[in-house]
Amino acid sequence: MDVTAEAKQIMIQALGKMYSSRTQRGGLRLHRSLLLTLVMKSARDIYHSARLQSENKAQCDNPSVTDNTSQTEEPMDTSSKVSEVSSVETQCTDDVHEHDQHLLSPAETIVDKENCNPTRQDRHSRKRRSKTATEPDFLPCKKAKLNSGEVRGILQTSQNNPANCGRRLDSFSLVHMPRAIVSF
Amino acid sequence: MSEHVSAHVSTLCEDICPTDIISTVEFNSTGELLATGDKGGRVVVFQREQESKNQPHRRGEYNVYSTFQSHEPEFDYLKSLEIEEKINKIRWLPQQNAAYFLLSTNDWKVFPDPNITPTDSSLPCWHSSPCPDKTVKLWKISERDKRPEGYNLKDEEGRIRDPSTITALRVPVMTPMDLMVDATPRRIFSNAHTYHINSISVNSDYETYMSTDDLRINLWNLEITNQSFNIVDIKPANMEELTEVITAAEFHPNQCNILVYSSSKGSIRLCDMRESALCDNHSKLFEEPEDPSNRSFFSEIISSISDVKFSHSGRYLMTRDYLTVKVWDVNMENKPLETYQVHDYLRSKLCSLYENDCIFDKFECVWNGTDSVLMTGSYNNFFRMFDRNTKRDVTLEASRENSKPRAILKPRKVCVGGKRRKDEISVDSLDFSKKILHTAWHPSENIIAVAATNNLYIFQDKVN
Repeated sequence: MDVTAEAKQIMIQALGKMYSSRTQRGGLRLHRSLLLTLVMKSARDIYHSARLQSENKAQCDNPSVTDNTSQTEEPMDTSSKVSEVSSVETQCTDDVHEHDQHLLSPAETIVDKENCNPTRQDRHSRKRRSKTATEPDFLPCKKAKLNSGEVRGILQTSQNNPANCGRRLDSFSLVHMPRAIVSF
Repeated sequence: MSEHVSAHVSTLCEDICPTDIISTVEFNSTGELLATGDKGGRVVVFQREQESKNQPHRRGEYNVYSTFQSHEPEFDYLKSLEIEEKINKIRWLPQQNAAYFLLSTNDWKVFPDPNITPTDSSLPCWHSSPCPDKTVKLWKISERDKRPEGYNLKDEEGRIRDPSTITALRVPVMTPMDLMVDATPRRIFSNAHTYHINSISVNSDYETYMSTDDLRINLWNLEITNQSFNIVDIKPANMEELTEVITAAEFHPNQCNILVYSSSKGSIRLCDMRESALCDNHSKLFEEPEDPSNRSFFSEIISSISDVKFSHSGRYLMTRDYLTVKVWDVNMENKPLETYQVHDYLRSKLCSLYENDCIFDKFECVWNGTDSVLMTGSYNNFFRMFDRNTKRDVTLEASRENSKPRAILKPRKVCVGGKRRKDEISVDSLDFSKKILHTAWHPSENIIAVAATNNLYIFQDKVN
């Protein structure tokens, strides 16, 4: 579990860095935010495949489990996200354990940890909006500081727009970062 | 390579004031002047002393010539955004008359203003607007060693005389005075950048220059401040699709239609402005496939290019990413000609470097005058030189203890494992807060300027 622990740690730190860069002098640094997003994605992918590997090992005699969960993936995700959002930052490690079982990708057969993209199926089923899409360049700082109430509100809004759900997972929105952690 | 210390400029205060941190260093085209910019928005220009027969030991030392405030901290009220005054880049213009011109930019602004007329005051005159535009500044640095005396309408102290007391006319005469060096802003190039400016590059036509931010490159005429042409735009229609940003750009040293820009993905694109007005489609793409055995969580971060420089000949490109310096042949796109490891011992430490943010540090790299030696900085106030011909490399340290005047710099070595020898330093003892990001090499001589936090070190090669 070393790889998964490291991946988790990296993701948590990336989140922290992104939040703190909002309050930095000079405004949001696009380059740095992009790199942090890529690290998050990398860590998440590696975490996924590592978890999948261990899950596969544990469930090698029960392959049908994965089919059911993939279909119910999306609604389960959003409901679980809403319930967890208020304690995201302090409980993200718990969330990771609790929710990763919902994210098994049935099509995932690649074992290569480093270079695979295990969540490609997920990308088509869940919308992740880039942080840079949710706000125009360099919004006033006051908008950037999200409290749990705001995050809840945003998540509820996106829940009400099912059309928004389910597509690209290329990059993260800072708004949705908590969700990214929660959903593992 | 032995390096003989010839001058060392000291700090303003012992504790490091954050505004004193040097953020850019640049020699002018003759090497006579050396400019530094700092985080506080100040520019300090050093001038090389004329060599004199009377004092041969003071072989061309650099002394302070002019100091001025280039950029002020500003606040963009519309976006509630504080704009950093830190000078990101300084580029000298080629000298055409007695005055010197340089371009300076902070994250947002590149400077000078034609409506401001210079006064007799030695203070630089510029205008900072309450709603700051994003501008680049052109500064004129000129000397005055004479002033007019003997006005008719005002007395020696400048007070207006009562016209009825004037009974005779006299012609004011220019009388010598102590040399004063004025820096005046001459142009302000405004409103061109939405994102942080990372580079400026003067074209070899001496008429245009380009300014580069994360997503766009704009071309300016040095005389025209109210318009610029966008020549590269990599902003995707949907910002969700953003996968790379521009990290640096430079014009070819003698072909005024060629420019290169580097990206956060580790690739370099060469563009020819003759091909089309918008150079979004590159003429050449320099990219090396990633080594899968080196893949890690941080592969994307460490492959991001922090600096790109043409060789003086224009035949080669040098790029710096987090762990290496690479030399590319302009005629070969699929892989670099040479790769030099700057501090490969950090590869196993990437996780902690990510934690303390050092992995995001942007190191610059420079060529020597003959394109035979490369130089770049590292941590612990170390900087590295690579000789392309002999394939030898050396690690040197810029620190007060090791840099007494006339002393010869001793090569340093980092111990990567096993037994540490007496003079070696172990990787875990490296001070990551002491980083050398900015260095400069004299255009024709072996004189280098190394910025170590808030200290500037100038080293010269020993000549007997």
